[in-house]
Amino acid sequence: MNITPEDNEDTVWVEREAFIDRIPRWVAMLGLAVLVIGIWHLATEQMGWVSPIILPSPGETLSDLMGVGLNLLNRGYMLGALWTTTRTVFWAFLIAAGIGFSLGVLVGETRFGEKAVMPYLVAIDTMPKVAFAPLFIAWLGFDIASKVALATFIATFPIVVSTAAGLYAASENERMLFKSIGASRWQTLVRLKLPNALPFIFTGLKIAAVGVMAGAITGEFLGGGQGFGALIRESASMLDTPRVFSLILYLSLLGLALFFTVAWVQKRLVFWNKGDRPGGVT
Amino acid sequence: MSMAEPRNLTANSAVPTRPVYEIARLSKTYARNSLTALTDVNLTLYEGEFVSVVGSSGCGKSTLLKIMAGLLPPTKGRVVLEGKPVSGPRADIGIMFQQATLLPWKTTVENIVLPIQIREGRVAAKAAIPRAMDLLELVGLGEFAHVYPGELSGGMAQRASICRMLIANPAVLLLDEPFSALDELTRDFMNMELQRICAEQNRTAFLVTHSLAEAVILSDRILVMKPRPGRIVEEILIDLPRPRTLEMVNTAHFGEIVSHIRDLLGKEAFQ
Ligand SMILES: Nc1ncnc2c1ncn2[C@@H]1O[C@H](COP(=O)(O)OP(=O)(O)OP(=O)(O)O)[C@@H](O)[C@H]1O
Ligand SMILES: [Mg+2]
Repeated sequence: MNITPEDNEDTVWVEREAFIDRIPRWVAMLGLAVLVIGIWHLATEQMGWVSPIILPSPGETLSDLMGVGLNLLNRGYMLGALWTTTRTVFWAFLIAAGIGFSLGVLVGETRFGEKAVMPYLVAIDTMPKVAFAPLFIAWLGFDIASKVALATFIATFPIVVSTAAGLYAASENERMLFKSIGASRWQTLVRLKLPNALPFIFTGLKIAAVGVMAGAITGEFLGGGQGFGALIRESASMLDTPRVFSLILYLSLLGLALFFTVAWVQKRLVFWNKGDRPGGVT
Repeated sequence: MSMAEPRNLTANSAVPTRPVYEIARLSKTYARNSLTALTDVNLTLYEGEFVSVVGSSGCGKSTLLKIMAGLLPPTKGRVVLEGKPVSGPRADIGIMFQQATLLPWKTTVENIVLPIQIREGRVAAKAAIPRAMDLLELVGLGEFAHVYPGELSGGMAQRASICRMLIANPAVLLLDEPFSALDELTRDFMNMELQRICAEQNRTAFLVTHSLAEAVILSDRILVMKPRPGRIVEEILIDLPRPRTLEMVNTAHFGEIVSHIRDLLGKEAFQ
């Protein structure tokens, strides 16, 4: 019959939220880590499904991780290796950013760059760049210069492409505005196109940060020397898998540091939010 | 309503006005697709006058405005502002586009002095800031001078771009559908604002619009364009008294003018 509720009764009900939405992010991340390490532990130490030479147990890895950490803290030989790799990565990133940015402006701003230079850059970019490593070693020796060269070579192209794309990103309206207020080509580049290109350039720099790490380590694998890559290769050849694992972990810290430095600078420099602009402002 | 002879147009001015902008025998053919966008356009803007141009989409209104702004070269004809031929962008021409186009990395007031910064440098731009603040005050954006455009609404951004157009004190204002991205209420408000600014400082304005009501409420004269090739086919004098108010839209006379223009444009014009 009539089931209409009383007039003074509120219509209150609670919407169910999925479990994953109710827990904070760090709990979810920790949960996944525990799960993965649990299975890892089960497969190695507990059940022995996988041989320790292929995959060391979490315990072994952790103790080696601490060993390497202590060596680094006590300024042991590994700190020297880490410093060598850091220097390689740092210089390669800096040079790649400089060359990549300059070529990007050449390609993105001039018709000559777009028509004559870009096709060559694309052609070189499609080559397997690691294959150039022996050449760099032959030219520059076994010191860090050859590794810097390889890492730079790998990391430059994403910066070129993103810088050039960024320079095209200024809208037709913005170009027309600058034209109507009598801006010179240089003024349009510096005051309009480059600021507009910044988000793109930083995307390129982030890709380059990853590339520079890969390039430096590949260079050290192939060309020896004093870096972390050489340590990894040594440990691997002695079947010291836990050591390989912990070296890779420390190395990834270096990559993360570089990546987040770039992200931090981006946040400071590109403070305006593109997605937040009202309809008319593009 | 009648075909116009040059004469005293603004209701409140006793002295005959002087011609500011003169266009004669203007034709434009785009080289890229050899498309004739304009043929034999003749028009004169008198000082302090508000002229609108209406016409169907693609009939060459924006092309005309860009040529007047010195952003596009004409193919044939005379384009003269204040006695000097227009052969490129000029400081005495203020232009406003359909989109506000504020730079998101500059604050509102920095955006407004941008034309000064580009033309005369940083020092002059800094000196122009008090004037920019006055202009912002004029359009009711005084408190928003130091926020970034990301925090402005569409209408506020458009008002800021009016200020940017006015900062260099241009002799002529060229407006290409400046408020068409705004909702109707904001648009009415902006139109009244525009009328006030033009009246207060006796500016000459040239407006491209799709809205007949907007053209009628703002203009002393309306030019009607027809497409393929773009040309001016009629000139209509609007004899509504000034200052115009939004209430005039409801009068019978207003309705007559609008329907007259609509007839001129024909059925195909405004789908
Ligand atoms: N850069 C260009 N190159 C070649 N043709 C163009 C160019 N710009 C416009 N046209 C052509 O010129 C004609 C007039 O264009 P215009 O933009 O002036 O029209 P409009 O009257 O402003 O139209 P709308 O009301 O839609 O803005 C159109 O047919 C268009 O295709
Ligand atoms: Mg147009």
